[in-house]
Amino acid sequence: MTDLPGYPSRRNFLKASAAGVALSGLAAQAKAQETTPPVPLEDYDRAYLNADEWAFVMAATARLIPSEGDGPGAIETRVPVFIDLQLAGDYGSADDWYMEGPHVPDAEPARGWQTPLNPAEIYRKAIPVFNAWCEQTHGAAFAELEAETQDAALTALQDGDVALDPEIRDFFSILLANTKEGYFADPQYGGNHEMQSWVYIGFPGARAAYRAWPERHNEKYPLGPVSISGERA
Amino acid sequence: MARQEKKKDVVIVGLGWTGSIAGIELAQEGLDIVALERGHDQNTVPNFEYPQQIDELKYGVRLKMMQKPSQQTVTVRRNGGETALPYRQLGSFLPGNGVGGAGTHWNGLNWRPQEVELRLRSYVEETFGADIIPEGMNLGDYPVSYDELEPFFTQFEKVAGISGYAGNLNGEIREGGNPFEGWRSEDFPMPPMPTTYDSSKFRDAAAAMGYHPFPASAGIASTSYVNPYGMQMGPCNFCGFCERFGCYQYSKSSPQTTILGALKRYPNFEYRTQSEVLRVELAEDGQTATGVTYWDEAAQEEVFQPADIVILSSYQLNNVHLMLLSGLGEVYDPLTGEGTLGKNYAYQMNGGISMFFKDEEFNPFVGHGANGICIDDFSISQNDFGAEGFIGGSYWRSGTFNGQPIRNMPLPAGTPAWGAGWKQAIGETYGHAMSIGSHGSHMAYANNHLDLDPTYTDRHGRPLMRMTFNWQDNDLRMNQFMKSKMEPLAASMNPDSMRAGFKGPGAEYDVRPYQTTHNTGGHIMSENAREGAVNRYCQSWKAHNVFAMGAGNFVQNTQYNPTGLVGGLAYHTVNAIRTQYLSNPRPLV
Ligand SMILES: Cc1cc2nc3c(=O)[nH]c(=O)nc-3n(C[C@H](O)[C@H](O)[C@H](O)COP(=O)(O)OP(=O)(O)OC[C@H]3O[C@@H](n4cnc5c(N)ncnc54)[C@H](O)[C@@H]3O)c2cc1C
Ligand code: SF4
Repeated sequence: MTDLPGYPSRRNFLKASAAGVALSGLAAQAKAQETTPPVPLEDYDRAYLNADEWAFVMAATARLIPSEGDGPGAIETRVPVFIDLQLAGDYGSADDWYMEGPHVPDAEPARGWQTPLNPAEIYRKAIPVFNAWCEQTHGAAFAELEAETQDAALTALQDGDVALDPEIRDFFSILLANTKEGYFADPQYGGNHEMQSWVYIGFPGARAAYRAWPERHNEKYPLGPVSISGERA
Repeated sequence: MARQEKKKDVVIVGLGWTGSIAGIELAQEGLDIVALERGHDQNTVPNFEYPQQIDELKYGVRLKMMQKPSQQTVTVRRNGGETALPYRQLGSFLPGNGVGGAGTHWNGLNWRPQEVELRLRSYVEETFGADIIPEGMNLGDYPVSYDELEPFFTQFEKVAGISGYAGNLNGEIREGGNPFEGWRSEDFPMPPMPTTYDSSKFRDAAAAMGYHPFPASAGIASTSYVNPYGMQMGPCNFCGFCERFGCYQYSKSSPQTTILGALKRYPNFEYRTQSEVLRVELAEDGQTATGVTYWDEAAQEEVFQPADIVILSSYQLNNVHLMLLSGLGEVYDPLTGEGTLGKNYAYQMNGGISMFFKDEEFNPFVGHGANGICIDDFSISQNDFGAEGFIGGSYWRSGTFNGQPIRNMPLPAGTPAWGAGWKQAIGETYGHAMSIGSHGSHMAYANNHLDLDPTYTDRHGRPLMRMTFNWQDNDLRMNQFMKSKMEPLAASMNPDSMRAGFKGPGAEYDVRPYQTTHNTGGHIMSENAREGAVNRYCQSWKAHNVFAMGAGNFVQNTQYNPTGLVGGLAYHTVNAIRTQYLSNPRPLV
């Protein structure tokens, strides 16, 4: 076969195990990564969220995936950073979606995303409404409440007991989805710090080479995760 | 005024699976060909390289390989009384975008239909009587038979590099293969893939119940392989980033790994990316097409591309949309049954069971898109429609395909969705669960159809296509039947707990969760111009130099993933063009 001009030789690529090639690249990068400690969350320079929104996202994600018990929580894995960066990017602005009107935001949920707002706008509009509800119901903004009260408030939000306009009614499910994304996504997106969630559940991350494994039945895979940038844990 | 390009013998609309097949087969005839592809160019190197490709958020969740609704989408309503609303964010189905189309990021589950599925109406009438056919079901026969298509299924499987084990070799039933499949003139090009732990448990449990387990037929290389075009594949790594991803390894069957490298070497073939076809232009008498008009993204202008033959290979949804916009037939009217374009839109009816075994290790990240052991004991040819009260069937499969935790985190019933209970459950459960899926047929109905939306338009000002679709009792009953059969099998494996997910009576179509990208029908094949949009060669009844590829040709959907039939039909069509049409262009029927 002939190889395409400008591309690495395909035949050589096939001969060398792709994983071998890739992992030697990873090892070289791993050291540089380990030496850079992350900015503490308090000092983090926000890309999208304002101070009140940040306080809410910190407090809410800390209840959605709490630090107590086995495994890391949203705070140790820096989920709030992930959410801030996602909202600042093309996800937040719904660049890939069809956002033309007319909109029918109160359509049945099974009809899909029908609000005129993008995810970033939903956070911006919903957080003050929910904080106002917390003040009215529990006497303080969400971030100021005790953990137990926060859980009760989030449950009310989840169950639809907090009155929200149809444009922002899906706020809880969006927040929860983004929190889990930030917990499990590759660390390059700001969350899953040090791949702690992957270590916790036993997902090897970007290893993606298991040719020796399909027929090793009922045997736990022993290696820890690697990330796209070459971190190991 | 549109810019005009030099005339070509053939213009191909969309360079995915079927566009690539048409390209290389017609290039062998020495024809001057241009393929117009809406999306970007992409290749294994550099686009699918390790480790950048191993990114669940970017490709699995944010769907960066797929069609962007901001560029093209549909509207959806569940019945004629509802106002259709745009499919704004991808969910239920994920059309591909860019060179290779959905063929780059499919799973690779490659099936042939059963013989009876291609003559389903006749089979039902002969075996159970016409009176079991429910009111409103447009049950039909394909105008081609399994025997006629068999050489073309074989041809596609050799090109695509399929791994598996023949269960029916020239009529001889072979132990360990699928005894209920249609006959094969040759065994698979590659032996089956190795069996993971979950698959082996399923195989043993199914065999103990008297069923007939066999390895899934996979567009995934089990060994080194060179296909008839000289394209080379290497064995799969079980990387677990298969569906929704391009393969970094030259192991998954795709246009890139099996056709495009060879095709690009033909000097008479050219392709242009960022070129979105807006409509097919018809000659004044309406009997033929003169070419297509497309949007050149780089130049930001419309371009007319004249051609003698137009191949529509832009995926089912886009093909039907283009045909509706171009007047390539009359629009189907569900009330009168008149018209053909948009008729018989169908989908897939799936369900499944997750099983939890706290002391067993499944390593869910060790897998590939088409992994698994299957059974066909509840397939269309095996079910007693008269006794069970439905027409249809499904195949079942169990096999790890990805362990990506954002999307693949099955948890026992009753687990909270967040908080300390959720966190504890993911720690205890991840890696200790397996599943069995039922992948079922979906019949065609008068009420499920496609036309143009009266309200919403795309960025070019064209009406979006409108999908009218809902689940129907017949297929929901089939699904419940599968549940009743699968639960005892799952229970026989003694899991700590299990959780079934099967749509039941009254279920309505929900566009949010991913279901399948197996959209079918809308420009169906037919014996005559009254019943469908294309003939047995997928040639437009309206304009004889227009040929439509893909699952839009399906009379009703089969119980299987569509691409085996899509590929077989594509080779059948290009063979007809090569052997019958080129020498004397005319309606072939
Ligand atoms: C996630 C996923 C998993 C799947 N898994 C399986 C599976 O396991 N088994 C199976 O059988 N099938 C599977 N499928 C379906 C399979 O991918 C399709 O059946 C197959 O790719 C169809 O081939 P096609 O040529 O019709 O369309 P495609 O391969 O999608 O190619 C269509 C091309 O046309 C281009 N295009 C669209 N509109 C225009 C326009 N107006 N102008 C120019 N170009 C245009 C698109 O960008 C695309 O490149 C899967 C699909 C998806 C998305
Ligand atoms: S699982 Fe195999 S075929 Fe699929 S992408 Fe990974 S290496 Fe390629």
